[in-house]
Amino acid sequence: MSIIHPTRRRLLQTGAVAGAGLAMPMVFTGAASAYTNEPTGGTVTLGFNVPQTGPYAEEGADELRAYLLAVEHLNGEGDGGAMNTFSSKALKGNGILGKKVAYVTGDTQTKSDAARASAKSMIEKDGAIMITGGSSSGVAVAVQGLCQEAGVIFMAGLTHSNDTTGKDKKANGFRHFFNAYMSGAALAPVLNNAYGSDRKAYHLTADYTWGWTQQASIQAATEGIGWQTVNNVLTPLASTDFSSYIAPVLNSGADVLVLNHYGGNMVNSLTQAVQFGLRDKMVNGKQFEIVVPLYSELMAKGAGKNIEGVFGSTNWSWKLQDEGTKAFVKSFGTKYGFPPSNAAQTVYAQTLLYADAAERAGTFNPCGIVEALEGFEFDGLGNGPTLYRAADHQCFKDVLVMQGKKDAENEYDALEIVEVTPRAQVEYAPDHPMFAGGDLGQCNPGA
Amino acid sequence: MKILGLNEKDSRFLLIVIFLTLATPVLLQPFPEGSGMAQFNAGYPDLMQRFAIFGIFAIGFNILFGLTGYLSFGHAAFLGIGSYAVVWMYKLLDYNVIWGLPLAVVVSGIVALGIGFISLRRSGIYFSILTLAFAQMMFVISYSDLFGRFVGTTITNGETGLQVYGNDPQVLLGATEPSSPHFFGIVMRENFWTPQFGDWQFTFNNGYYFCAVIAILAFYLSLRIFRSPFGLMLRAIKTNQNRLNYTGVHSRPYTLAAFVISGMYAGLAGGLLAAMDPLAGAERMQWTESGTVVLMTILGGAGTLMGPVLGAGFIKYFENIFSKINDNVLHQWFAWMPDGLEDAIVWVLHFFVGKGWHLTLGVLFMLVVIFLPGGLVEGGTRIWRFIRGTDRKEKTADATHQPEHVAYVAEKEEF
Repeated sequence: MSIIHPTRRRLLQTGAVAGAGLAMPMVFTGAASAYTNEPTGGTVTLGFNVPQTGPYAEEGADELRAYLLAVEHLNGEGDGGAMNTFSSKALKGNGILGKKVAYVTGDTQTKSDAARASAKSMIEKDGAIMITGGSSSGVAVAVQGLCQEAGVIFMAGLTHSNDTTGKDKKANGFRHFFNAYMSGAALAPVLNNAYGSDRKAYHLTADYTWGWTQQASIQAATEGIGWQTVNNVLTPLASTDFSSYIAPVLNSGADVLVLNHYGGNMVNSLTQAVQFGLRDKMVNGKQFEIVVPLYSELMAKGAGKNIEGVFGSTNWSWKLQDEGTKAFVKSFGTKYGFPPSNAAQTVYAQTLLYADAAERAGTFNPCGIVEALEGFEFDGLGNGPTLYRAADHQCFKDVLVMQGKKDAENEYDALEIVEVTPRAQVEYAPDHPMFAGGDLGQCNPGA
Repeated sequence: MKILGLNEKDSRFLLIVIFLTLATPVLLQPFPEGSGMAQFNAGYPDLMQRFAIFGIFAIGFNILFGLTGYLSFGHAAFLGIGSYAVVWMYKLLDYNVIWGLPLAVVVSGIVALGIGFISLRRSGIYFSILTLAFAQMMFVISYSDLFGRFVGTTITNGETGLQVYGNDPQVLLGATEPSSPHFFGIVMRENFWTPQFGDWQFTFNNGYYFCAVIAILAFYLSLRIFRSPFGLMLRAIKTNQNRLNYTGVHSRPYTLAAFVISGMYAGLAGGLLAAMDPLAGAERMQWTESGTVVLMTILGGAGTLMGPVLGAGFIKYFENIFSKINDNVLHQWFAWMPDGLEDAIVWVLHFFVGKGWHLTLGVLFMLVVIFLPGGLVEGGTRIWRFIRGTDRKEKTADATHQPEHVAYVAEKEEF
């Protein structure tokens, strides 16, 4: 074969061409600015990176609705929503720092690669100063890492894995949503009251970062109240048929099934568990029960009647009666005609929090924003008094324990609030073993 | 003019390709900033890098599919292997891509040898299914990190993707070394020149030129393979493998070699992906990615040299540019229309942009397959002939499926 026997002369020629190509970048030097994508014109661009296709597309669509609402409010259009009830009064409804808020949207496809590509194009092409979104912990962790490297702020959307502000935490990333540990801590006392302390739990767990941390958290919390863990079975994220996983539950001696599933996975596994008649069984002299640690309104809608009486936790609910919630639900309802999900609420709050931090810092420089958000105490966005903890950039606030409602009036009424777990009960030390191993690092303002 | 052992026509071809590749940052930025058309500019580093990388991926795939006709549905597996190899070198040694890239090529070559050895015992649809099965197997293994769980450490880090953490060994890491991928100090992420001419903003990125140079080398290598006796043998396999076997030629070593070479190309592309962005996710091994490279090759023109590169650019352009057009942007474009008409047009276009970019791509793919069976390259050829006024009957209609005129290979003795 000719191609692998180059002559000396040809090798030199090829080498020279390649060398010239490689040396070329050395010739020029770039211009410098204070930080990545410093806005110079009359507008500032935010990047809304949400799943528009894939398993979490419903959540993504709801997030996008809330982002558009937040942009309206920031620019002084609409009724101002929760900006009126927000404890910080830095926002004036004239954009951020006097610049009109513009935005770009992208599709993460619920894939880390696509999400990073989309975020990169927002940063490099559209000059986005902040990226927000994500409806999966894998995606959120991946984009957060990218934003840290690129030197822009990442305001995480729906991501519930402990790792986002634990093992994979980054200085440029902030999470308003609650996490798996908090779900466990909030659920355990309620489960103890409802089902007693002598229970045997069987776990089905989505096989990825969120599922693992969710399972570990709920296992630790339930074992804390005296439950035993019979088994933990990992199910592939892409599964749609869980019958082969559910059949063994019946013979395992367990009397509680914990479904560490989310989205379409949870809808399918719960429906199949109910069809298998699990909830009509008596095991060890007790009624068999099902627990879903992380709920969402959209999942409840999908599972229909099957969720009646099932316990779970959420970050927020449109049924809360505080001023911030009422203001947000009212403007969301006016614009779209139905109440927002808790994914929508968290991204709405994140957008306002970012804008507010920029106003207070007086700059879009990521390091200024980080300083303004770290240790920031606020209220009036719907979750009661909230702290953005400096040590890991996680928000601490009340967590809701929800239960599937009997005789729901309509599809948005499927969940009812059982308990508002106070913030103190879900707090933990930044170096808690479930969150250990990460390093926030330094804020990065980029080039 | 003849360069690098090519004949005159190919030399000119190669020079044109080199020019187009090096001028990409300017060519893809035809619209001034701030204008309504700026949306369609594609001259930003990430997308240009992807053009070059997926170009390499498609060039490699074309060596297998275009020349031998063996349709592999599992090439994304090599893409993933390449990425994991590079990120592991970041974690163990340091951020210099010089360690990872050769390893990516070697490892994917070895895996391709294994998969090819088994899969190539069958041809046609059975071969496709076998490669698909292997790739899907590897996707599931990396998505759940089964190897890692087996040996008790992280290998692929599952769905989160393999990343570099502060507590990784990185034994070669120097004190002043950049903390992101670089090539002997040339940081991939940085731009070496960002000139502004009036309203036109151009970005010359280190990473892109790194990929571009490798892409040119990859293209040159593929050109040489196409023109070599080995390439001729591969074409013979595509034309009629049975007849070739009857004449006493043992064809499997040739197909296996083609499979391994294209696997190595894919590994290189995967490695470059991780060289531009230090994260390796399992999603890039999914069967949809394998399908995408098939689409790229067919869309551009299977069996042609330039086709796969064009196809790769085309698909990546749609994925990155069309998916970002939202209703808000559409309203801006059609704001000059009467309100009712504007809403109607936006309502219709809504299904073709944003999340509907797959639909647009699908329609275009159908049009290309139906009206231009030879892909975009055939379209280009037809336009060229139309301009020159050459009678199309001069050449056979299906030039891509005929052996090229390759007499000069035999004439030249020295290689």
